[in-house]
Amino acid sequence: MVGEETSDEERAELRETLGLTDPIHIQFSRFVVNASKGEFGISYQLRRPVSELISERLPATIELVLVSALIALVSGTLLGVYTGINRKGFLSDAILAISLLGVSLPTFVIGILFIYLFAVILGVLPSFGRGEVVSLGYWSTGFLTLSGLKAIILPSVTLSLFQMTYIIRLVRAEMMEILQTDYIKFARARGISEKSIHYKHALKNGLIPVITIAGINIGTLIAFSIITETVFQWPGMGFLFIQAVQFVDIPIMSAYLVFIAFVFVMINFIVDILYYFIDPRIRVKAEAVSG
Amino acid sequence: MTFLKINNLSVNYEMRRETVYAAKKVNINVEKGEILGLVGESGSGKSTVGNAIINLIDEPGKVSGGSIILDGTDIYENPENILKLRGKKIGLIFQDPQTSLNPILTIGEQLIETIQTHLKLSTEEAKNKAINLLKEVGIKDAETRFDNYPHQFSGGMRQRVVISLALCCEPELLIADEPTTALDVSIQSQILDLIKRLTKERNLAVILITHDMGVISETTDRVAVMKNGDLVEIGPTKEILTKPKEIYTKALVSSVPPTNKKINRFKIIVKENNTQGETNIKILNRWTKKEIIDQDLVKVKNLSKTFDDSFFIESTKNSVMAVDNVSFNIKEGESFGLVGESGSGKSTIAKMIVNLYSPSAGDIDFDNVCITKIKSNKEMMKFRKQIQMIFQDPYSSLNGRLKVKDIVAEPIKLHNPSINSKDLDSYIHDLLESVELTQQSAERYPHEFSGGQRQRISIARALATQPRLLVCDEPTSALDVSIQAQILNLLKDLQEQLNLTILFISHDLPVVRQMCDRIAVLKNGKLCEISKTEELFKNPSHEYTKELLTLMPKIESIYN
Repeated sequence: MVGEETSDEERAELRETLGLTDPIHIQFSRFVVNASKGEFGISYQLRRPVSELISERLPATIELVLVSALIALVSGTLLGVYTGINRKGFLSDAILAISLLGVSLPTFVIGILFIYLFAVILGVLPSFGRGEVVSLGYWSTGFLTLSGLKAIILPSVTLSLFQMTYIIRLVRAEMMEILQTDYIKFARARGISEKSIHYKHALKNGLIPVITIAGINIGTLIAFSIITETVFQWPGMGFLFIQAVQFVDIPIMSAYLVFIAFVFVMINFIVDILYYFIDPRIRVKAEAVSG
Repeated sequence: MTFLKINNLSVNYEMRRETVYAAKKVNINVEKGEILGLVGESGSGKSTVGNAIINLIDEPGKVSGGSIILDGTDIYENPENILKLRGKKIGLIFQDPQTSLNPILTIGEQLIETIQTHLKLSTEEAKNKAINLLKEVGIKDAETRFDNYPHQFSGGMRQRVVISLALCCEPELLIADEPTTALDVSIQSQILDLIKRLTKERNLAVILITHDMGVISETTDRVAVMKNGDLVEIGPTKEILTKPKEIYTKALVSSVPPTNKKINRFKIIVKENNTQGETNIKILNRWTKKEIIDQDLVKVKNLSKTFDDSFFIESTKNSVMAVDNVSFNIKEGESFGLVGESGSGKSTIAKMIVNLYSPSAGDIDFDNVCITKIKSNKEMMKFRKQIQMIFQDPYSSLNGRLKVKDIVAEPIKLHNPSINSKDLDSYIHDLLESVELTQQSAERYPHEFSGGQRQRISIARALATQPRLLVCDEPTSALDVSIQAQILNLLKDLQEQLNLTILFISHDLPVVRQMCDRIAVLKNGKLCEISKTEELFKNPSHEYTKELLTLMPKIESIYN
């Protein structure tokens, strides 16, 4: 926050105004009190209120995470169902082998490979940034412009690969288990079509554990987005955080970590509520108790 | 023309190492309007035949020869054929109503979907049909129950729903695979009556697969006996049960515990292992045999147990009264039977006697000491040593990661930590021989043994501490009838030689009649009556006991 030529008196004065001379427990309780009001102080590096910085960068990260969560869930479920039903096919083996690559390669390698392939060699997609954004009050979105949409493809796919692998394997295991159960056999014995057995009877049951994992994973996606945002120069919170780490910008780091923790708790809460709607065994029991 | 003709049917399971022949050239015919019983022990291939008819044999099994012709259509000639027949012409009912319904669809959704798959009906018409069907199988308030999920029904009601699903598109052939095995005796008789009624009303052909000879004799017109994939004998039920031609059928019929008289020992079909006929109870040498004193070994006084649904708040609203003010005494050296349907609290009482649950109210005295009031663990150990338990499921009650010798050694070492390893080994061998297992068994793991042998290991483990009271919680309900006879004989021998006192818990009245001196009947946690076994069977005083006795399927009914 200070330049080379700042005098010692000025430095001491700044320390005093920032409250750095107080004992640690006072500093910490001040931080907790302020944090509970949503105030995280002023960034040392950028000299602007942290809450302002976060809310500026938040839309970029949320959009990235939403798109990649959607990709991971939809394609993960579809591929999982396919590999669960056709266990011995060549395509299933291929999907599983490639998905293994998705877990074993680090995100930044995949990101760089994607940039090399699609941006450098083919030149069809931008290699960095968010493209043009449209500001809607507090929210700036990249969904409304062509360049914004093009820009989100590579980072979101990169980010989703890891989660997708998990979901494929989970859905596959669930499908295989459920297709062995008595009620599926009984449905077959009643002549219900295979299509209905797979998607109505089996998948619906299989999705219950998937929702738990997917919920936790959305939190993980936000955490993982640090790397992806860095690789693609995505102007989101993760990118902000990495810069803050390099500058030991503690207010930004602490605000970021508190925010992530909050998101984790909220998502798990939402997942628990979703259970209520999906699993009739929970819903009906709750009604019976309240009634 | 015969309605269903099974011609030289063979089914193989090709495993990595061997091929298992689950059905070998089986020939069975079934006509409309008759109930054919398919009977055999586990592994006899009776379910395989049922599944083959509807072409739903589990992987890796497949039909390797023969044909099945239903009403002129060869099922295996064209794979498309069966798809038109499933549900439409053939209905199937499984054993366990808990698992045969999709838990996240309402029964209405499942019924409507099935109806609309086969019949061109609008959703409204399908719904009407479904509701009529539910009424027909005896579900009250069918209109409101229509929107319920499977878990909102009791076991018997679920099996009715399963039957309505199997019958909703008016099939002409019904295959019922152990439809009442998972149900209580009173529900069982209702379901069997329902199947009999529907057979008459709808002129169905029914194949009833079961291991229960009582059910066979009361329900079926003809019976086919299977063993290891072979059809042993087929003919009118009365003829097969009263004048069996084959040795196996004779043995099978004779190993069923009779319901009308008490016998000394059960007849054995084939020994599981070839040990000498006389039981050699080696353990006697080291058993510090207690003389039977004429006293009450166990006194249960006003015992109650409530289970609370909520952890945090004690609410009387959600609590379940599992055992309600039960009192009885068990004399030293006697076999005391505890009988009741599921939910009657019989297992809860057993768990309180072995001190796995603590009672909500009341006391249990063992050898004139009140064991429910003992707080110190050390004091309790003295009693734990004298009370041992044998559990229902021989598969989950043995630790699969321990060798048999370690399983049996554990209680010995717990109560006698100073025992040297040579003594311990010979002790284990004696125990194993007492339950008719070979010494070599000690080095093996539980999964290498059959269900009956596992139950023997459980007994050896229970005897290891030289108990005075043996609590047997449904010790044979997971076993085949021939194995059951062996285990029950073993228990009788051990009791006689070792002066054991046995608390025998079962839902199976014929078994209890053979095993016990006195019987207590429980219903919904309350004691109905206690009396001497023969007295109870001949002159039951309580209404509920009378009801149980009439509902019990009797193999002897065939003689009338």
